[in-house]
Amino acid sequence: MMKWIVAAIVSGAPVLAAAETVAPADVTFDDYGAVEQSLTGTPGDPANGAAIVGNKKAGNCVACHQISALSDVPFQGEVGPMLDGAGDRWSEAELRGIVANSKMTFEGSMMPSYYKTTGYIRPGDGFTGKAAEEPLPPLLEAQQIEDIVAFLVTLKEE
Amino acid sequence: MKFKAMTAVAALLVAAPIMGMADEEAELVVNGEIEMVTKTEPPAHLEGALPEIMSGWRFRSDETQQTQMDDFDNPGMIFVDQAQAAWDTAEGSEGKSCASCHNEPASSMEGVRAVYPKWNEEAGEVRTLAMQINDCRENQMGAEPWKYTGNEMTAMEALISIESRGMPVNVAIDGPAQSVWEEGKEMYYTRYGQLELSCANCHEDNYGNMIRADHLSQGQINGFPVYRLKNAKLNGSHARFKGCVRDTRAETFKPGSPEFVALELYVASRGNGLSVEAPSVRN
Ligand code: HEC
Ligand code: HEC
Repeated sequence: MMKWIVAAIVSGAPVLAAAETVAPADVTFDDYGAVEQSLTGTPGDPANGAAIVGNKKAGNCVACHQISALSDVPFQGEVGPMLDGAGDRWSEAELRGIVANSKMTFEGSMMPSYYKTTGYIRPGDGFTGKAAEEPLPPLLEAQQIEDIVAFLVTLKEE
Repeated sequence: MKFKAMTAVAALLVAAPIMGMADEEAELVVNGEIEMVTKTEPPAHLEGALPEIMSGWRFRSDETQQTQMDDFDNPGMIFVDQAQAAWDTAEGSEGKSCASCHNEPASSMEGVRAVYPKWNEEAGEVRTLAMQINDCRENQMGAEPWKYTGNEMTAMEALISIESRGMPVNVAIDGPAQSVWEEGKEMYYTRYGQLELSCANCHEDNYGNMIRADHLSQGQINGFPVYRLKNAKLNGSHARFKGCVRDTRAETFKPGSPEFVALELYVASRGNGLSVEAPSVRN
């Protein structure tokens, strides 16, 4: 069967500012689900963010969202709202919060939490169907999330 | 996001013209004579969770829909022929075949598929059709049980299902089956795995929507076993459940496990009123 929502955990990207990386358990959400502090201290790369959002084997956000800026990526889903203009609707901190753990912003959201490692029911080892011990590796690394956020803030309505 | 037919159809046209249109309004008549109910009122126990229930057939492309409209085009029928041969073959220590006890499926198996899974009083358990088939093999024939989702099993399920085609699914969920049904219902709404997705997230809240390249159906099992073009064989419902749970990045359950038996009873009951379609055709 198709893997609808895939996340690449083991990317070769070196973690430049390892010392400053905020661990998943240490992320501070405000009352509305926003995360002020960068997860890495290293500015995000919007081009890399766009690639992760569109890549089936990485963020695969297009499994659920349509994004006109990525119109070359086929098969964009309809489960979540279109992300055009997300950079107008949300601040950088809010977008970071939505990607890190959308359920802090949208209660009960269907959107997966990309920077969370515990609290799952029958967690599996990736898509193998086998059991896995928590803490799991998060669906995305801290810098990947910063890159995605840097891309999302560029999504403005014309 | 609730299902909006127009939005879904419009988006399909824009986003995925190469997939072939899914015609959610088409009607299914097999061999020009068996009129299938592929969309109808939901059973009362759903308590408004769905405005109507729809067979997975409605969500497939024109071409896939058509292959199910005539038995000569339906690749699943090859396996039905194979199962007819198995039906007549004596196996096991008792030297018996299915036919020794049940004569012809046309007379003895009419309506059977429509009411499974079903409470078995003597055994004190809810039995799926696959469990019943293996019970006959082991205890009546003295033969080895078949693998739960293996080819012999799905073929035999298809042969038996043929004799209920067009009849409404009508599984009982009250009496002694009720606690098992409740367990299945609980599972249906549990958000498993690292993606924290329940069956309902995809098949109740988002049917009609695209998730990546897949057009989400209601995940009904009135068409099972289904022939999938993707793997060119008949697939049992537990194999499908396993795939769906695995794809939430969860630890799956085993086909034939008590959990999946409960889930099958519950999912089957969500389709009470749809026609038995097996063997149906899916992508
Ligand atoms: C399984 C489906 C799913 C996936 C995968 C998914 N999302 Fe979402 N997303 C949603 C839903 C549903 C909402 C709407 C919020 C709600 O009501 O739950 C949403 C909301 C959002 C919003 C706010 C939308 C707005 O403009 O108001 C943003 C931004 C967002 N998602 C970004 C992402 C990014 C980035 C990814 C990938 C890293 C992603 N999403 C992956 C389902 C998904
Ligand atoms: C993340 C989304 C998702 C989740 C969660 C999910 N499924 Fe599915 N399921 C799919 C997709 C995609 C398909 C293929 C297209 C279709 O028929 O909907 C599918 C197909 C099916 C089918 C085949 C329907 C047919 O007519 O051929 C059944 C049955 C099914 N799912 C049951 C379940 C059950 C039971 C659960 C929970 C244990 C579940 N699914 C969880 C996405 C999902």
